Amino acid sequence: MASVRQNPLVTYSKVAIWIAAFLPIVRLFWLGFTDNLSANPVEFVERSTGTWALVFLLASLSITPIRLITKQVWPVQVRRLLGLWMFFYACLHITTYVWLDYSFMWSEIVKDIIKHPYVIVGFSAFLLTIPLAVTSNSAMMKRLKTKWKTLHQSIYLISILAILHFWWLVKKDVTEPFYYAAVLALLLGIRLYYRAQKVQKASSTSLQT
Amino acid sequence: MNLDNNKRNPANIQPSEITPQAVFENRRHFIQAAGFGALAAALSVSSLAKAATIAGGETKGDGVLIGRANAKKQVAKVTTPKLPGFKKTAYGADLKLSKYEDITTYNNYYEFGTDKSDPAIHSTLFKPNPWSISIEGEVKKAKTISIEDLMKLAPLEERIYRMRCVEGWSMVIPWVGLPLASLIKWAEPTGNAKYVEFITANDPQTMPGMRVPVLDWPYVEGLRMDEANHPLTLLAVGLYGQVLPNQNGAPVRLVTPWKYGFKGAKSIVKIRFTEKMPLTTWVKAGPSEYGFYANVNPNVDHPRWTQSSEKPIGGGLFGGRIKTLMFNGYPEVGQMYAGLDLKKNF
Repeated sequence: MASVRQNPLVTYSKVAIWIAAFLPIVRLFWLGFTDNLSANPVEFVERSTGTWALVFLLASLSITPIRLITKQVWPVQVRRLLGLWMFFYACLHITTYVWLDYSFMWSEIVKDIIKHPYVIVGFSAFLLTIPLAVTSNSAMMKRLKTKWKTLHQSIYLISILAILHFWWLVKKDVTEPFYYAAVLALLLGIRLYYRAQKVQKASSTSLQT
Repeated sequence: MNLDNNKRNPANIQPSEITPQAVFENRRHFIQAAGFGALAAALSVSSLAKAATIAGGETKGDGVLIGRANAKKQVAKVTTPKLPGFKKTAYGADLKLSKYEDITTYNNYYEFGTDKSDPAIHSTLFKPNPWSISIEGEVKKAKTISIEDLMKLAPLEERIYRMRCVEGWSMVIPWVGLPLASLIKWAEPTGNAKYVEFITANDPQTMPGMRVPVLDWPYVEGLRMDEANHPLTLLAVGLYGQVLPNQNGAPVRLVTPWKYGFKGAKSIVKIRFTEKMPLTTWVKAGPSEYGFYANVNPNVDHPRWTQSSEKPIGGGLFGGRIKTLMFNGYPEVGQMYAGLDLKKNF
């Protein structure tokens, strides 16, 4: 591994991701200290951490389309970092919910999760990310072999649940969740397009031979 | 926006100043969308999404950074005049008031945009003066009353009421106003009048949120006659001893403290007495979520939000939640609903 020289673009991208990932937290602290977290700071932090979890989720899902379009393989090397930052913000999001919003009132929390569809899908999405985070290291990758890929394909389900969580939470104006849903649709659409092309190519070559 | 412009006179605000702000906000959203690396993806959808949702759809959630700062600035420079000669009352004397800044920068008033900070920012062109309310329907004679005459129907009084939003947060607001009952008496409804319908301002020119069809405009609310005549029901013309700011429903709005906040119709232009139950805006928008009665009830849950507890605004990050009280802590209204199944009639 060490003998293979790493593409400098990987290093640059990783530095950029670390900086980008820290900025939202720095911003929240700055807004907190300057009393600019709005009249409802808990809601603000909840929305902010949830938004950034979704952003990193979509960013990690953008790696394969980038690879397919640019024919560059190196971006795959930053995907884990993006996925872990998604998990980090998802953890902050749920901590805000359990601690700042509900002050660990477990009976209220359970009631809230069971009774409200948008909370159920959001909570399920969070639970599904835990095995992905736990198995994100190289040792687990080796141990799980082909099962690893199957397991990590649950990210598609997680992404759809996350979008539903956002969509159902909004009272009436779905403009913002629409943006994210459109991005997700595009990212999944590019995959399907390339897969269809591959199938087509395979069948046409088999006809020729 | 020109920050030197510290006069409220709408003539000082050029229409051209409004557009750049909308553009600016879209750009802000774009930057946010583009920031996460799926640059190509965001580029191609942003124009599509904009077209689909009508340009000017406001950004929410994490995007409120600049909105909030703008709202604070706006409130700081727009101060409404003091209301002369109102009497204090015992209502809510034991409650801790929400801050003026919170009451005036965290509003649900979709006619000015769907973000909570939008009304403070986008209501500067709205003209609450001159104003009159037309009285129609099941009355002896249809007539019109000016806001000045309305304020003379009964002595103005300050009432500190809890306000519980259906979204699960609450405030304590010192309203100034007069009982709706005094206007009803002046209006002389006939024996056929069973309900009161409130129709609110409909001016997309000065209410930019109305250019987006999020709700079926104009906003309509309604009360049963006994609810409308209840001594708690207030027509508010001010808060914190000052004339009502635009973002809070200037010049006159409804306040029914035992009901969820959306019942409080703002900027009322027409009051119609009817025999049939009015079809109100939120009932039309989501009949399974919003009922005509909309009484605060911790035992009847909403499909989205927990109604058994609420987050008081002003508690900061660690303020926690409090239990929601039946009828928002105004049990005296309970007798009006004796025999009514409140689970069905939510």
